Amino acid sequence: MAHSYEEGKAVAMRGLYLLGVVTIVEVLIALLGNGHLVHGFELPKFVMYPVMIGLSLYKAYFIVYFFMHLAYEVSDLRLSVLLPTMLLIWALIAFLMEGNYWGERRAEVDPEYREAFEKKAEKAEEGESMLFLDAALWEVRV
Amino acid sequence: MAEVALEKDMHTQESDRWSGGQPPMKASYGKLMMWYFLLSDAFTFAGFLISYGALRFSSSTWPDPDFVFSSAPFGIHHAPLIFVTFMTFVLIASSVTMVRAVLEGHQENKSGVVKYLLLTIIGGLIFLGSQAWEWTTLIAKEHVTIHTNPFGRHTESGVYLEDEHGKPYAEGAERETFEAGDGYLIHKDHETGEWIRRRYRTESGEEKRLEFGPRAFGALFFFITGFHGFHVFTGVVILLIVLINSINGVYGARKNGYEMVEKVGLYWHFVDLVWVFVFLVFYLL
Repeated sequence: MAHSYEEGKAVAMRGLYLLGVVTIVEVLIALLGNGHLVHGFELPKFVMYPVMIGLSLYKAYFIVYFFMHLAYEVSDLRLSVLLPTMLLIWALIAFLMEGNYWGERRAEVDPEYREAFEKKAEKAEEGESMLFLDAALWEVRV
Repeated sequence: MAEVALEKDMHTQESDRWSGGQPPMKASYGKLMMWYFLLSDAFTFAGFLISYGALRFSSSTWPDPDFVFSSAPFGIHHAPLIFVTFMTFVLIASSVTMVRAVLEGHQENKSGVVKYLLLTIIGGLIFLGSQAWEWTTLIAKEHVTIHTNPFGRHTESGVYLEDEHGKPYAEGAERETFEAGDGYLIHKDHETGEWIRRRYRTESGEEKRLEFGPRAFGALFFFITGFHGFHVFTGVVILLIVLINSINGVYGARKNGYEMVEKVGLYWHFVDLVWVFVFLVFYLL
């Protein structure tokens, strides 16, 4: 092991505080941003979502590197686990764009759906939808 | 005693097969294979979560998690995300006790391993119990199934023309209003078993009835949280086996720093890792 017993105990405690605090922050952002805490106050989605996604990725990094000890393994092992997951970046972009495309095609044939889907698209362009990414992906495609 | 000796013998043989001198990547066979199993499992979960993302992107609306997940035991309602935050803390705490169990194992401290494994198992059981409660609420009270999703979200503001029982409001009675983005649940009449799709009038003056939400929601929620819950369940079972073996001195006799505890620990942390993303996409976004 690359670290001692005492250091290990310290990492465990740090993990408890860190993961706990980050989770509380995420939930507070969700509740505050959606207007549940302060009446009449909301955060724009294009601020909320990237922050929450970033914090979650940080939690994931901490768990994998320190709880699962990947930080202390040799770099070959580390890379052999981490590099394949990079494929998921492609999968995420490809399938989210594809999903949006299914929606567009359905809107073409289903008038009721079109109405709601156009509203979603408007909100996305304003950065006010879960799918703030939609707008970004549209930019990429156009 | 003979069994313990046999265990140790088998283990020596295994490491002999693995080592042509140095173990590859300075990790034992078991630990390395646990890592690669977890990598493949990560892809399985990613496949589920990405299909969730694709279906959500294709939908014109999506149920509001702050509305869907706002109940907790002991009659708590309208408390968005509180119960699931508690579940998250339980899982984090059980991950921390798992770290301690692995550490005590490296010290060859049997009583420490047993204590922290026990705490980890309790955490896992509390999580499973909480999830059972959450599922029961969704299925039995709110009637979400894998093909029916009564949770929807208003896309425009308006006012209801019928009360919660589907009866037109009495003359002069105060009418419930709603805003764009508010969540709603289509209730089921307890006596007739029929859905109560309340009529409402939008700001633009159109009269409509509540529509069911995106159909895939229930299936995605139950399959993904269910698959995660199944991992927690198998994790608890494996932890129990490792606990019993630890108590019986199986791992102590191997003199390898309770490596089995470390391996099952990797699995347990992975379950926590997956929950980070399930929590993000189902409850936060």
